[in-house]
Amino acid sequence: MFDNLSEKLQRVFKNLRGEGKLSAENMEGALREIRMALLEADVNFRVVKQLIENIKLKAMGEEVLTALSPSQQVVKIVHDELVKILGSHESKLRFANEPPSVFLIVGLQGSGKTTSTGKLARWLARNGHRPMMVSVDVYRPAAREQLKVIAAELKEAIYEGTPAEKDPLELAKAARRESANSGRDVLLVDTAGRLHIDDQLMTELQQLKEQLKPVEILFVADAMTGQDAVKSADEFHKRLGITGVLLTKMDGDARGGAALSIRHVTGQPLKFVGIGEKFDALEAFHPDRAADRILGMGDILSFIEKAEQAIDKKQAVEMQRKLITNDFTLEDFRDQLRQIRKLGPLGSLLDMMPKVGILKELKDVKVDDGEINRVVAIIDSMTPRERDNHMIINGSRRRRIAKGSGTSVQEVNQLLKQYAQARKMMKSFSGGFLGRKLGKMKMPPGFPFGDMPGR
Amino acid sequence: MIQTLFGSVEQEPSLLEKLKSGVQKTRAGLVSALEDALEGRKEINAGLLDDLEATLISADIGVRTTQEILDRIRQRVERHQLNDAAELRGLIREHLLEILEASERPPARVASPPAVILVVGVNGSGKTTSIGKLAQRFKNENRSVLLCAADTFRAAAIEQLEIWGARTGTQVVRQGPGSDPSAVLFDAVQAARARQVDYVVVDTAGRLQTKENLMAELQKMSRTAKKVIPDAPHEVLLVLDATTGQNGLEQARKFTETAGVTGIVLAKLDGTAKGGIVVAIAHELNLPIRYVGVGEKIDDLLPFDAEKFIASLFEP
Repeated sequence: MFDNLSEKLQRVFKNLRGEGKLSAENMEGALREIRMALLEADVNFRVVKQLIENIKLKAMGEEVLTALSPSQQVVKIVHDELVKILGSHESKLRFANEPPSVFLIVGLQGSGKTTSTGKLARWLARNGHRPMMVSVDVYRPAAREQLKVIAAELKEAIYEGTPAEKDPLELAKAARRESANSGRDVLLVDTAGRLHIDDQLMTELQQLKEQLKPVEILFVADAMTGQDAVKSADEFHKRLGITGVLLTKMDGDARGGAALSIRHVTGQPLKFVGIGEKFDALEAFHPDRAADRILGMGDILSFIEKAEQAIDKKQAVEMQRKLITNDFTLEDFRDQLRQIRKLGPLGSLLDMMPKVGILKELKDVKVDDGEINRVVAIIDSMTPRERDNHMIINGSRRRRIAKGSGTSVQEVNQLLKQYAQARKMMKSFSGGFLGRKLGKMKMPPGFPFGDMPGR
Repeated sequence: MIQTLFGSVEQEPSLLEKLKSGVQKTRAGLVSALEDALEGRKEINAGLLDDLEATLISADIGVRTTQEILDRIRQRVERHQLNDAAELRGLIREHLLEILEASERPPARVASPPAVILVVGVNGSGKTTSIGKLAQRFKNENRSVLLCAADTFRAAAIEQLEIWGARTGTQVVRQGPGSDPSAVLFDAVQAARARQVDYVVVDTAGRLQTKENLMAELQKMSRTAKKVIPDAPHEVLLVLDATTGQNGLEQARKFTETAGVTGIVLAKLDGTAKGGIVVAIAHELNLPIRYVGVGEKIDDLLPFDAEKFIASLFEP
């Protein structure tokens, strides 16, 4: 539904080619588009106003660089300005000189505090810390139970307290004693969700702060928050002095303009983003990527980073050689699918792609991770000889494979057909020709993103 | 304070004072600021329109709907149908009310009880709490209710619903964590039919609208309900956090596509958020708003009243 900002700007600047400078006149249309894009991404309107002023100043009178089109140039200015506000580098967590370091996790109801507490515990444990968690949410039904279940699943320490312990302050203090006694170096305090206008509960947080002297007060904010993000963040910051922000639910399609508003109004860094329901779905915050996303330009960097982590370079080179010499067997095909699977759910990969240019068609592509599993299962059910030479797979072998993989003969047929087509296609690209043609080619049906058997 | 804006307080005289102060606060806010700004200013100029735009956008009404409203005003000014700034406020309210009333629709008729109500939404929007309050509402109307704990995914979600069940004196049908939500639903609907209950309210796990497989799970639940009662689910309520921005539109769109949403519950309207995104949703997707959550207490779920809601949009 959202148009990419650079596409819109391209339209605005279509008539600008001949002009050498960005001027008040030719910038007006562009600024309107920028303003709309930012507001649609839920950046607070006051923040937008100021941003537009800055951008105007920057852009005005600037020579149109020959290397860039005017629209690219303006996008670059906007992007740089966003990155500047979002903070120029990722920030680290602080720890106390004397353990345990107390982290207070605060935020509105439903922003994702408890889940984030679990994710933080895992993140800390993976980075050489010994965290302990405690829930001081004595208000929401089953809130403490929720953290208990999470802790059990993570196999991380928790101070449970007894149901009779109903005072948040006492609970937190007891948990701190417990962490000190058991050699835990970080105590994560999951607090109850509250509205920033709830004076009584905000006072409770101030007391917690006073007593526990936390080194980090992390404000957990929902990426889908609208214009109100400024008010709640501002109030939490005024009352508590937050030290960082954790932005949750970034695995959806929200643009996360709230990040910009919160950063702008509190001046505190965004430290983490939550990107999934699993407990390792927590990432360091990257300002440049967030800026891209706010502008609707995808997150190609995260994609590349993920791919680099998951794909074995040597194997990739070997695969390339095989493709060119047409030695690409079903076994290789399976290896490739397995590598793709290592990247994580396909849907989340597609979301990182910018939906422009040749990738525009990806916008409406539906992906099903189950398909990959089914294809892998089919290949698993073949004998090594069959995998090596698909030509020998006759009717009775197909029936056996279908039975073994729990699929149908039709699905096996389709896979083999697609494999044969892919091989034929690979054969037709050889040498340096490959890249150019791949860019133009439509995804073959057997490719994991296309329509698959049984769909 | 907001509670007073949505009525339902008439029968509670103790809240009458709150009503008064609530209205006063409202008056002291933007409406009066706007009135101040408009007072003595006959001319409708760019500055005034900017102020109006800021008001609407800061309520999360969205760029598109806001532009439409402003365009309408500009047009009228050009045609000299409108030249008094004092008329502006009324005009905007009228337009917003029009949008919300156009999407109003009564809930589907239930041929024979139980009525199955599926409650869906993204993570943390307030589904379970809204269900607890909804159960209380039905109880107050002397209707019998059965709750169905079909959020088998989130840690302690079942326990949370059970606590609400105990508070409202409502039976809860549950299975263990990790069990198939459709199976729990099947049990609940069958039990409800056997026990001749009026309403089955189904709690589902929160899911982001971009997760295809989780959305497909909702479709399956819907099909399962139909197996027991052919015209079920009678109502699919999307719970929306009032602080949600423009993404709310995508939520409503995708949940409607896959789960067939029939109405919106706007939760957490007791903060400073205006929930203006529902105007955009009503406008673009033609979905009615059924209930509004205005507090943490069990009675804090009120039927939606378009006029009072619009008034609250102009609050500070």
